[in-house]
Amino acid sequence: MSVDKTIFEYSSPGRTGVTLPEPDVPTGSVDQYLGAENLRDDLALPELSQIDVIRHFTRLSCANYSVDRGFYPLGSCTMKYNPKINEEVASQPAFAEVHPYADQSLAQGTLRALYETQEFIKAITGFEAVTLQPPAGAQGEFTAMMIFKRHHERAGQSHRRVVIVPDSSHGTNPATAARCGYAVVKVASGSDGQVDLDALRSELSDETAAVMLTNPNTLGLFEANIEKVSEMVHEAGALLYCDGANMNAVMGYYRPGDNGFDAMHLNLHKTFSTPHGGGGPGSGPVAVKKYLEPYLPVPTVGCKDGRYYLDYDRPDSIGRVHGFYGNAAVVLRAYAYILSLGADGLKAVSENAVLNANYLLCRIKTAYEVPYDGRCMHEFVASAAKQKERGVKALDIAKRLIDFGFHPPTIYFPLIVPEALMIEPTETESIETLDAFADAMLAIAREAETEPETVRCAPHDAPIRRLDEAEAARHPQLRWTPPAARKTDNSPAS
Amino acid sequence: MAYIPNTESDRQRMLERIGASSVAELFEQIPTELHMRGTLSLPAPMTEIELRQHFAELASANRSYATFLGAGIYDHYIPSTVPAIIGRAEFYTCYTPYQPEISQGTLQSIFEFQTLICDLTGMDVSNASLYDGATALAEAALMASSITGRTEWVVSECVNPAYRETLRTYAWASGHTLVEAGREGIVTDFAKLSVGSHTACVIVQNPNFFGSLETMADAEKLAHGCGALLVVSSDPISLGLLKPPGAYDADIAVAEGQPLGIPMSFGGPGLGLFACKQQYVRQMPGRVVGATTALAPTDEGECKRGYVLTLQTREQHIRREKATSNICTNQGLCALAATVYLSTLGKNGLRKVAELCVAKSHYLADRIAELPELSVEKVPERVSDASGDFLTRSRAFFKEFVVKCPRPVAQINERLRERGIIGGLDLGRFYADLAGCMLVCATEKRTREEMDAFVETVRCAQNDTAAEVLR
Repeated sequence: MSVDKTIFEYSSPGRTGVTLPEPDVPTGSVDQYLGAENLRDDLALPELSQIDVIRHFTRLSCANYSVDRGFYPLGSCTMKYNPKINEEVASQPAFAEVHPYADQSLAQGTLRALYETQEFIKAITGFEAVTLQPPAGAQGEFTAMMIFKRHHERAGQSHRRVVIVPDSSHGTNPATAARCGYAVVKVASGSDGQVDLDALRSELSDETAAVMLTNPNTLGLFEANIEKVSEMVHEAGALLYCDGANMNAVMGYYRPGDNGFDAMHLNLHKTFSTPHGGGGPGSGPVAVKKYLEPYLPVPTVGCKDGRYYLDYDRPDSIGRVHGFYGNAAVVLRAYAYILSLGADGLKAVSENAVLNANYLLCRIKTAYEVPYDGRCMHEFVASAAKQKERGVKALDIAKRLIDFGFHPPTIYFPLIVPEALMIEPTETESIETLDAFADAMLAIAREAETEPETVRCAPHDAPIRRLDEAEAARHPQLRWTPPAARKTDNSPAS
Repeated sequence: MAYIPNTESDRQRMLERIGASSVAELFEQIPTELHMRGTLSLPAPMTEIELRQHFAELASANRSYATFLGAGIYDHYIPSTVPAIIGRAEFYTCYTPYQPEISQGTLQSIFEFQTLICDLTGMDVSNASLYDGATALAEAALMASSITGRTEWVVSECVNPAYRETLRTYAWASGHTLVEAGREGIVTDFAKLSVGSHTACVIVQNPNFFGSLETMADAEKLAHGCGALLVVSSDPISLGLLKPPGAYDADIAVAEGQPLGIPMSFGGPGLGLFACKQQYVRQMPGRVVGATTALAPTDEGECKRGYVLTLQTREQHIRREKATSNICTNQGLCALAATVYLSTLGKNGLRKVAELCVAKSHYLADRIAELPELSVEKVPERVSDASGDFLTRSRAFFKEFVVKCPRPVAQINERLRERGIIGGLDLGRFYADLAGCMLVCATEKRTREEMDAFVETVRCAQNDTAAEVLR
């Protein structure tokens, strides 16, 4: 279903959605306390009764697809099931109602969970120190790049001003490096989809600060030459960063901290099952080797004699990357998840994620090109290049999947695969679901041959048809305006 | 295993199809010498029952008392509508709305969020939110530099110290200069801020970290007089009453949105509010949602209105190293909480919450000021004028104020804790000259009883320590 009205169109003067208490203290006039000159004249917020609010947002929710509704094979996003028990235990008032500046004796439960999560992350990644402060993966990357920058400064290597990223990398990698003041150099992947050692060697120099790699990479392939890469990078005096977006593939099998990486981030909202929430809040802890520990953001969580505490005594820290200690409530959910699964459970997660991906790959490669054929890790990248010859693009296939009841895969990423369809099933899906999805993919491939127009005009069965995105960007309407004001407002900026 | 549906026989079928003899064979893609030895060193797995018990144990190690702490995170009332809506799995288990046809719920709610934030701040455009107040402020400074081509950020020392620490981190990393100055007691003296042709922005918090209202007309003149942008951080609840940043010509308005229906949760997740003037929309960081129409009409011949992520050419997944920011998320669910919060309260409700904060905090300040045997400085502009006195009040304050204590703040807070009350923030932690001063906050949730108990305990703490001195 679609929702025709905005919340503002339900407003009627005098309504309210909650009854607030009358003051239990003597009150003076607000003018007197704050100064009349400081007060605003108007406040254009909508006025609704409680049922209007609930119905409006409930109707909106029904226009959303979600993990609880169906399969979400979004490559590089790890849209796994979000266990209900995690929501329940982590949202208890005892955790929700702790003020960040409360005396630490009043927050021992939260601090213990944070401390133990740091320890768990060390165990899972093979690194020696962890910060939970970055509130998202991109902020984790930023934190790690700053740690590298500080390290180079301390080593008298401030002239290192270049960060190297493969052409298959996430967009956050180059964007993060740029915000640390680094120039970004892109290296092409080899024909096997992995880092091209010769290309990398020719870019490495005395100016290289870091190389950022995702392993397994965004094609779903394990970088088998990672030890050689590490050796080359370190020989050049640079550091090696692991984008941990794909950690779901290797838990219990491979630890980046054991094999030449200097730092990595994790996305707790991917591998560790915390809900995506329509785009956040996430959490992007960073794990580093011992020698980088002094530079971690302040504070970290420590433990001494059974007491947990915030450790501010970090004179070499890069500083803060968040107003407080990161997204603690998100970390609690990941903590519950790790406790539920344990070592064998996490290993089984990766095993089944990889198994599911390989099974799905086998099922759909009969109809779609797979540029990097062979085994994959937890995800793979197919291409609609063959279908495009018939005028059916990756975008069209994605939209047609909606009609079959599935969320589309990631499309047009990584950039090095034309008409990319990046598919990550995760371990939380059954063989029946995978089969149903594969059947839909094959049916669409047949449609591309026989009735391409059906695919090109999809979706046919969604709350709304395809939208005019070009118009949205050309004439941005970024806020609701009353109908009378619409003609003059919101003129484009350029 | 509850979260993994594959049975042993499923796995066998799948392996057959793949042509592999075992799951281990699939992991041969990882060179043998790189395989982890042994097993992960983690606690034994817990069942749901055990996990619930474990969390009950952790919960009992936390204490939530009536709190008089503020300093950036606030104990405001969260209406029942907020958890009811954000607890809907259609909202919390969905992904970023890259596929608009099946994400209209998220997209429309963000569009409504953007509208509400524009109304609240008096600004032209808002993004879909950033991580928190501190990082939103840092993004604003970076944006000001990219607009002006200038490298210096001038920030009042009355801006939240944790935000300034974050600014320092960003400034160092990105090669900008941060100048922190201008504090005169617990307000900003804008004459003490030095700006020039290299200044990209003047950053002010209003109400400031101490709860005091700043003279925003002076801030505006200072910033625009040198061609810099005015960046303002504010408390969204205060905007139920106070003039919004748009009214004093701020160029970028940011805020910590946590007071709008989000629990304190030890400081995160918060919600970074970010709004700016129309002319800067294409330099804005973060996601933004726009309204548009369907490309094709329905069977009834109507081109339906809908919402999409737009202006994406600013963003990292398109522009990579040339993006306006590296951010790849918003605080989706927190932004939804704020949207439901503001829709539930409406204009009268938000105003009333703000009025209650003013009434309660001023009641508390007056009661503290009345404590016997202590003289009170009436309108001190400087903390130093209040030597030995119990209360220092600047001009006007919203819901927080500064108390100068004759005993160490830690000692007073310990007495309060014994009574089940969490006292204010020890300002000596951030400002050496404010050692012995406590930043006290009273929101609409604090009752007269709690406030009277606070005052009574502080009075007794006074006597206790006096008695100790006598011994």
